[in-house]
Amino acid sequence: MAAPNLHRFANPGQFLRLSGWLLPWLAIGGTVLTAVGLGWGLFLSPADWQQGDSVRIIYIHVPAAMLASAGYFGLAVCAVLSFVWRHPLADLAAVEIGPVGAGATALCLATGSLWGKPMWGAWWVWDARLTSMLVLLFLYLGHIALIRAFDNPERGYRAAAILALIGAADLPVIKFSVDWWNTLHQPATFKFTSAPTMYQGMVWPLLISVAGFSFGFGAIVTARLRAAVMERRIRGLMMARAQEAA
Amino acid sequence: MTHLTYIIPAYALAVVMILAYAISARARMERARKRLAAIDPRARDSSARDTKGPHRG
Repeated sequence: MAAPNLHRFANPGQFLRLSGWLLPWLAIGGTVLTAVGLGWGLFLSPADWQQGDSVRIIYIHVPAAMLASAGYFGLAVCAVLSFVWRHPLADLAAVEIGPVGAGATALCLATGSLWGKPMWGAWWVWDARLTSMLVLLFLYLGHIALIRAFDNPERGYRAAAILALIGAADLPVIKFSVDWWNTLHQPATFKFTSAPTMYQGMVWPLLISVAGFSFGFGAIVTARLRAAVMERRIRGLMMARAQEAA
Repeated sequence: MTHLTYIIPAYALAVVMILAYAISARARMERARKRLAAIDPRARDSSARDTKGPHRG
């Protein structure tokens, strides 16, 4: 069973040590790669022969979309870790991933809208890809709200974990919506089964941007989780002192 | 460059959002670290050790 190994890394002290070492690398990698990817995409990559320069929005839109889905997948993994192994950090991680994932989803929808207006002539269409992405945003917001909806935090964690597991069904719908339905949205940029059909001069800045956003997402979630672990320790110490004093 | 009125807001929004999340996460972490160090003497030692690698201690 993997449980003993998981719990070794779930120890808050061990987590603080590991994350303290990892965080600067994630932050530096995220900053450098994002700056290179976005700079390359904005100033050096070619314009699209059909879409003109509006295609440069892809260097933000696609990484944000990938992280929105990856973040929710992370919530579902945290839910499994919490339900099956009672992993002590899984609920805290879910609390911290939620708002960052919601931000990535909102950024994806906003940049998609800014890209859609000049290309489709509309800020929004009820297309399968756009609608399933909007559902993802509501799932994130529901997850954030459920955690805070109960006086007992444990009940909030349980309810949010159930929503995370049920809501994960939206992820394949988002991924395959452009294949299952006739959509206005263009087909997937990256596929598991074939090489990207994009021009190489666009693929590289996009890949670098995806890597930079991923490192940045990891750094922000790690920093928030470190803060949450320390805040929990502070609460525990304060309560222990209050009980001693009473 | 064409479509600048759409490209600039998209990039500006991304940069502002990333900075807002990053700065707030760092500020929260530093606040927690200082509060913990103030009430738990062990935290002062461990916070220095935290940045030195995963296999120490």
